[in-house]
Amino acid sequence: MALALAAPALAGGNLYTRAQQLFLDLGLPPWIFAILVAAVKVALILVFILLNVLFLIWLERKLGGHLQNRLGPVYTGPFGLLQTVADALKVLVKEDVIPAAADRWAFIVAPFIAFVPALMIWLVVPFGPGLQARDLSIGVLYVAALSGLIIPSLLTAGWSSGSKWSLLGAFRAGAQLISYEVPLLLAQLAVVVWAGSLSLNDIVRAQQQGTWFILLQPVGFIVYLIAAIAELNRTPFDLPEAESELVAGFNTEYSGFRFAIFFLTEYANLLTSSAIAATLFLGGWSGPWLPPFVWFLLKTYVFVFIAMWVRFTLPRLRVDQLMNFAWKLLLPVALLNVVVTGAIVAL
Amino acid sequence: MLNAYTDMAVFLGAGILFLAVSLLLSRLLRPHHPDKEKLSTYECGKTPFGEARVRFKVRYYIFALVFLVFDVEVLFLYPWAVALRDLGWIAWAEATVFLALLFGGLLYAWRKKVLEWL
Repeated sequence: MALALAAPALAGGNLYTRAQQLFLDLGLPPWIFAILVAAVKVALILVFILLNVLFLIWLERKLGGHLQNRLGPVYTGPFGLLQTVADALKVLVKEDVIPAAADRWAFIVAPFIAFVPALMIWLVVPFGPGLQARDLSIGVLYVAALSGLIIPSLLTAGWSSGSKWSLLGAFRAGAQLISYEVPLLLAQLAVVVWAGSLSLNDIVRAQQQGTWFILLQPVGFIVYLIAAIAELNRTPFDLPEAESELVAGFNTEYSGFRFAIFFLTEYANLLTSSAIAATLFLGGWSGPWLPPFVWFLLKTYVFVFIAMWVRFTLPRLRVDQLMNFAWKLLLPVALLNVVVTGAIVAL
Repeated sequence: MLNAYTDMAVFLGAGILFLAVSLLLSRLLRPHHPDKEKLSTYECGKTPFGEARVRFKVRYYIFALVFLVFDVEVLFLYPWAVALRDLGWIAWAEATVFLALLFGGLLYAWRKKVLEWL
């Protein structure tokens, strides 16, 4: 958090101009400076993601515990807060097994395809006014393109493992993720229609001037909520890794730190989806009294809380229910939502 | 725009570097004693049998095709969504006809029981 507070100085203020001048005075080409600035940004964002993931995993277990009348982690640190740190250390020193039947290179590459896009999405997420690594004019499209890369990653992981459970999990993951991708994109599209821009920053500003899009797009928000939870493979849509039937789905054969990367990606994606939901529907960083960054975090965690609450309340769906729901209910509703939104905006 | 691509490249590189360094660190810390049983595929404790890599069921391809149609449609609609306020109701009517055609396709697939998961 303290690191993120230091970011405004880097993004816009005096320090940036002075550092740039210093580089030019030293006779270094400007691209070195551009790369250094980007490296500082990515380092801050990586720290932000890792800290939040540590907290999210603890929160999930603690919240799940209390929702189900248990205590959750209590022993490691105050309120069990250090539980995730202990788990991370444990997983770092665990033996790494790559099964003999696995396709070795694909097996190694799959976690990279999962995590790297999850990090790259944060290039366009606005933390506050001016607090954004880069405001791309195609922001929403960029997010959609990169979040779609989780599908090839899970398919690669499942196929390369050489295990029946993994392959079945990968099949399910592929079918489920492509089915829910369409309503998700359509829900985002309706927001773009309202805002008239693909830039996430413009979308926040449009909400600052008008009202939050959750009020103008209640249907879109609900579609986004359901589709995003499905895209995250979370209960009630956790069929790709259904423990009771598929052991652990696509990551059955992963162990040690490679497994940890998938775990990290899962929670990083939860954070990303929540941040995007907060930006598109809840007004992003805008809000009274509190600093914009705090508003951004609060709104993000509202969505996180809903996702966790749903997870510990609902049972898992069957595959046919899952597919029916996506194609026969969510997709028509999302299409209709886009047409109606377009009519209101255009007429 | 060059700067935006530089940023993306740095983010890409940083992601790969972070994972590579963590994996290397873990490699230095963890034990490594592979044996035949440990490296065999997990199948609930039984000796694994048969080939694990089976063919995709044809149903997946059909869903993939329907997905492709709608995904490309959404891509078409993104520029439309940005420009709609300026283009007015004619653009809206055109997109609605386009969506109606695709929805007709969905209804056809629905009617032909392509969307049933068996």
